[in-house]
Amino acid sequence: MEESLYRILSGSVYGKVYRGVKEIRGSLMVVENVGDAGYNEVVRIIDTDGVERIGRVLETSSDLAIIQILGDEEGLQTDVLINLTGKVFEIPLSDEITGRIFNGRFEPIDNLPPIISGEKRDISGFPMNPIAREYPTEFIQTGISAIDGMLSLVRGQKLPIFSVSGLPHNTLAAQIVRQATVKKGEDFAIVFGGIGLRSTEAEYFMREFRDSGAIERLVAILNLAEDPPIERLLTPRIALTVAEYLAFDLEYHVLVIVTDMTNYCEALREISVARGEIPGRMGYPGYMYSDLATIYERAGIIKNRKGSITLMPMLTMPGGDLRHPIPDLTGYITEGQIFLSQELYSRDIYPPINILPSLSRLMKSGIGSGKTREDHRPLADQLYDAYSRGTKARDLARIIGEVGLSSIMKRYLKFANEFEEKFINQGVYENRSIEETLDIGWEVLSILPEEELVRIPRSIIEKYHPKREK
Amino acid sequence: MFLVMFLMTDRIGKVKKISGPVVIAKGINDIKIGEVVEVGNDRLIGEVVRVFEDYFTIQVYEPTDGLKPLEPVHATGKMLVAELAPGLITMVFDGVQRPLGRIFEQSGAFIRRGVKVNPLSRDKKWYFKPLKKKGEKVTAGDIVGVVKETPLISHKIMVKYDINGRIKEINEGDYTINEPYGYIELSNGKEIPLMMLQEWPVRTPRPYVKRLSSEVPLLTGIRVIDTFFPIAKGGAGCIPGGFGTGKTITLHKISMYSNSEIVIYIGCGERGNEIAEMLKEFPKLTDPKTGRPIIERSIVIANTSNMPVSAREASIYMGVTLAEYYRDMGYNVTLIADSTSRWAEALREISGRLGEIPVERGYPAYLPDKLAEFYERAGRVQPLGKPVREGSVTIIGAVSPPGGDFNEPVTIHTLRFVGTMWALDPELAYRRHFPAINWLRSFSQYAKIVESWWSKNIAKDFGEYRRKALRLLTVSSEIEAIASVVGEGALPDDQRLFLLISDILKEGFLRQTALEGEDIFCIPEKQYLLLKMIMDFFDKVYVLIQKKVPIEEITKLPEISEMKRVKEDERGIKAVKELYNKIMTRLEEISRKYNIQYLF
Ligand SMILES: Nc1ncnc2c1ncn2[C@@H]1O[C@H](COP(=O)(O)OP(=O)(O)O)[C@@H](O)[C@H]1O
Ligand SMILES: [Mg+2]
Repeated sequence: MEESLYRILSGSVYGKVYRGVKEIRGSLMVVENVGDAGYNEVVRIIDTDGVERIGRVLETSSDLAIIQILGDEEGLQTDVLINLTGKVFEIPLSDEITGRIFNGRFEPIDNLPPIISGEKRDISGFPMNPIAREYPTEFIQTGISAIDGMLSLVRGQKLPIFSVSGLPHNTLAAQIVRQATVKKGEDFAIVFGGIGLRSTEAEYFMREFRDSGAIERLVAILNLAEDPPIERLLTPRIALTVAEYLAFDLEYHVLVIVTDMTNYCEALREISVARGEIPGRMGYPGYMYSDLATIYERAGIIKNRKGSITLMPMLTMPGGDLRHPIPDLTGYITEGQIFLSQELYSRDIYPPINILPSLSRLMKSGIGSGKTREDHRPLADQLYDAYSRGTKARDLARIIGEVGLSSIMKRYLKFANEFEEKFINQGVYENRSIEETLDIGWEVLSILPEEELVRIPRSIIEKYHPKREK
Repeated sequence: MFLVMFLMTDRIGKVKKISGPVVIAKGINDIKIGEVVEVGNDRLIGEVVRVFEDYFTIQVYEPTDGLKPLEPVHATGKMLVAELAPGLITMVFDGVQRPLGRIFEQSGAFIRRGVKVNPLSRDKKWYFKPLKKKGEKVTAGDIVGVVKETPLISHKIMVKYDINGRIKEINEGDYTINEPYGYIELSNGKEIPLMMLQEWPVRTPRPYVKRLSSEVPLLTGIRVIDTFFPIAKGGAGCIPGGFGTGKTITLHKISMYSNSEIVIYIGCGERGNEIAEMLKEFPKLTDPKTGRPIIERSIVIANTSNMPVSAREASIYMGVTLAEYYRDMGYNVTLIADSTSRWAEALREISGRLGEIPVERGYPAYLPDKLAEFYERAGRVQPLGKPVREGSVTIIGAVSPPGGDFNEPVTIHTLRFVGTMWALDPELAYRRHFPAINWLRSFSQYAKIVESWWSKNIAKDFGEYRRKALRLLTVSSEIEAIASVVGEGALPDDQRLFLLISDILKEGFLRQTALEGEDIFCIPEKQYLLLKMIMDFFDKVYVLIQKKVPIEEITKLPEISEMKRVKEDERGIKAVKELYNKIMTRLEEISRKYNIQYLF
C-alpha cells in the first residue's frame, strides 16, 4: 500500500537518499546535511524494516531540514533513510476517476486499481487569478425552504454549514446532494471529502450516495477517524484538486462537500504546536486564515469555461460558539454560512437552521425575476425582519408572559412559531420547488397586518399577498 | 546614481534557508534593506527586510514551493517601487503591481510562479500635450503637460522629484511612457530626457508643500454616514465588524457612488468573487455627472486571501502610493482597503517567521506605528510644484476583528488614528437592518467641521436636526432596554412615542438598501428632508401627547408606514415633500379634533 502511494505521489523519479535524522518530535523530523531539500518537497522515509512513510519539507536550509511526517509516526526511529523526490505533492488525474473512492493519501479503497495514467496535479493548486473569475449568478434549488428562500445557494459559491455534534448536519448534506439542481436540470458531479470521519458517518454517506444514484458521478476521499490526523491536511486539498479537474478540464458542475473542517483545523494546530510556532487565538496558528483561504477560495467559476465548483464545507463549532476561531475564520472567507441551532432541533424542527446568524452573500445575484421570482428578495427581507421581531417577542414573553405582549407583538410571536413550523420545518425527503417555498413564505407572512410589510413594495404585495388573490 | 546602479547589476548571492515566504540568503555584502531581489532559478520577486553581517532576509512575494538552498539570489538595485504614468486607471494589479489582466492573458486562469510582466504597457502611445514651453524653468512637481488618460481623467505629467532645470525641448504628440517627449537641462549642465514614466518607493510617503484642513464631506449617498457620521475629503475612517456585517458592501458602495474623483480599491486578503463582482459592475455603472462608466476613474489592487501573504503586506503601500500620485495632480482620491486586518495579519506572519518577539496576540510591537504611518498618508494637501493646487487622499479601511470583538490590537490601534468609525453591529445585520452601522457606537470627528458645508449648501438648520435625532436615538435605546423587561404596553405614552419615532428613523432613515432601486444613493437634500419630516412629526406629536392625545391615535396613522417607505419612492424629493404636507395636515386634523389650539 505504501509503495503504491509512493509511486503515485512521486512518480518513478528516484532522487537522492540521505541518512542523518537528528531528532523526531511528534510528527516532525529534523534532518541534517540534506543539501538541497526544496521547500514543500515530498520525501520518502524508509524505515530499517523497509516500511515507508511520506513526508513533506516544512523548512529547509543548506544543513538542516524540517520534515513533516504524514502517516503514522509511531515506532519511527532516527536510523531511517530519507529520499528526496524532487516533487511537491501531486496526484494523477484522468476521466476514470468518477465513481471512485480513495483514502486520505489518494489510495483506492474500493478494491479497484489505482489511477496511474493521466496528468499529475499539485494538490496545493495555484491561486485563481481574480480577474479570471466569473461572478456566480445561477440559482441552485436545493428543495429546502430555509436555504432556497432565505439563504439561496448559487453555482460557484462556497457556503459552509456550521453545526454542533449531535445535530443532523449529515442528513442535511445528504439531502442537498440528493436534491440540488439548477433550472436547466443538469446534475452535479459530487466530490466528497471526509476528514477524520467516523466510519458510521462514512458508511451513512456512502449508502446515501448509492441509494440516490449519486455514486455514479461521485469521487470520495475518505480520511477516517482512525487514520493519521496529519493526513487530514491533504484530504480537502486532494478533494479540491479532483474538483478542479472535473470542473475545469471535464466541464462538470461540481458540488464539493468536505466534512468536518474542524478536524482539519485541529491537525493544523497540532503541527503548529509541534513546530513551536507562536500560537494565535486558542493555540491555532496565526496563518490559519490564509491556510483555509487556499482551500475555500478554490471554489468558483472561470470565465469562458463551462464547469464550476460549488463548495459546502461542514464544521462543528467547538462549544457551539460561532466566535470560536474555526467558524470565525471560515465565515470571514466563505460566502456566507448556514447555522444549525440546538434550540430548533430540540423543538423538532428539521432542518434546524437558524436563519438570523445565517447568510448567503451571493443570494443577491442569484434571485429575482428571471431567476427565481420577482418577489423573492423583498419577501425574504420582510421574513427576516419579522422573524427577528418574533423571536424578540418570544424572549419577552418568557419574562412577562404572553398576556403582557402588545397585540402586534403577539402577532409577531405567532408568526415566528408558524414560520418555524411551516416554512423552516420540512421532511428529509421533501423536495419543495422555489415557488412552493415562496408561497409558504407569503402564507405565514399574512399573519401580520399589511401595514407592517414595509420592506415589500406595494406592487409586489398587490400581486402576491394571499389576501389579495382574486 | 545611474553609474552605481550599473555596477551593481551583477550582485548575486545564494539561498541559505527557506521557511514559507521568508528566505535567508547570503553573499551580497552591499545589499540594502528594502532592496528588491529575484530569488531562485524561477526568479521569484522578493524584498530584503533584514540585513545582518553577511546574511540577509527576504520576504518573497510568490509561493516558494520547490525552492532549494544554494539557488541564486539576484539583487536588482531597486527599492519596491510603483510605476507611475498614464495607463494606471482601469487597471487591476496584484500587491506588487503586477497587472492581473495581462497575467491572465499570458498564463491562464491560475497564477503561476515567476511571471514577469511590466505593470504598465510599454507599447501603448499616449497623446502628450505640453503645458510648458522650451526655455521655461521647472522644478519637482511642476505640471509640464497633460495626457487624456480616460474620458474622465486628465493625467497631469509632473516633473520628477529632486529635479530642477530648464526645458531644452518639449514636443506635442504620441509617446509611449518610456519614450522621451522632451529634454531638460539640469542646473549642473547635464541634460536628461523627460519621460512620462516615473517610479516611487511605495513605503515612502510622497512629499508635499503643506497640509490643508479638510472641510468638505465625501458624499457617499449613505444616510447614516453622510448625515450622522460623515467623513471629510482628506480624512481617515474605519469600518470594523465581524463577518457578514456589511464592511465590503459599504465599501463597494462608496467606491461606486461617492463623489470621489478617483477611487483606488485594495482587495487585501479578501474574496476573489468580490473582486469579480466589482469588475463586472464598474464598466456598467455610470458616473452621474458625466455619464461615463466609473471604471474610468478607478484602479483595483487585488491581492485576495489565496494569493501570497507577503504581497498582501505590500498591497496597502502600493495602493496608497498610487493615491498620493493622483492627489499630487490635484485630484480628490478615495483609497479603500478591505481589509486592513488581513494586512496586519500578513505583518504578523512575516514577523513571526523572522523570529521577532510578539507583544499583543502575536502582533509585533511596531503594529501601531505601521497603522499610524498608513492613516497618516491620508490628508488634503498642497502638492509640490506649480500651478499651486490642492488634492486629497481619503482613506477608509475595513477592520475584521476576530469574533467581531473590537477589543483587539488592530481595532484598538486603528481607532487612535482615524477620525471616524462606522461600528458594525451583528444584531442589526441578523435582522437585515443594513447598513448595520450602530448609531450609538459610531463616531465622527468630522461632523462638526463639515456641518458648515451642510448649512451653506443644504439647509441652515441641518445641524440641529442631526443632533436632535441622535439624541432621540440614544434616549430610545434606553427606553427599549426597559421595554424589553416590562413590555411596551407598560410604558407611559411619551416613552412609547420615543419608541415609535426611533422605529420610524430606523426603518425610514437609517436602513438603506445597497442592492437596488431609488434608495441606493440618497442625495443630501433628500437626506435632510427625510430627517426633517420625521423630526417635525416627532415635535408636533410630542405636543399632542402632552395634551393627552392617546398614543393609539398616532400609531394607527397610515402615514407611519408611508414614512418608512417614502425613501424608496422613485419620485425622490417630490414624494417626500408631498408626504410631509400630508402628515402636517393629518396632525392638524387631530389637534382640531382634540381642540388643541397652538400646534399650527
Ligand atoms: N447596505 C446593504 N443592503 C443590503 N444588504 C446588505 C447591505 N450591507 C450588507 N448586506 C448584506 O450582508 C451581506 C454581507 O455583507 P458584506 O459587506 O459582504 O459583509 P462583510 O464584508 O462585513 O463580511 C451581503 O452579502 C448582503 O447580503
Ligand atoms: Mg467583507
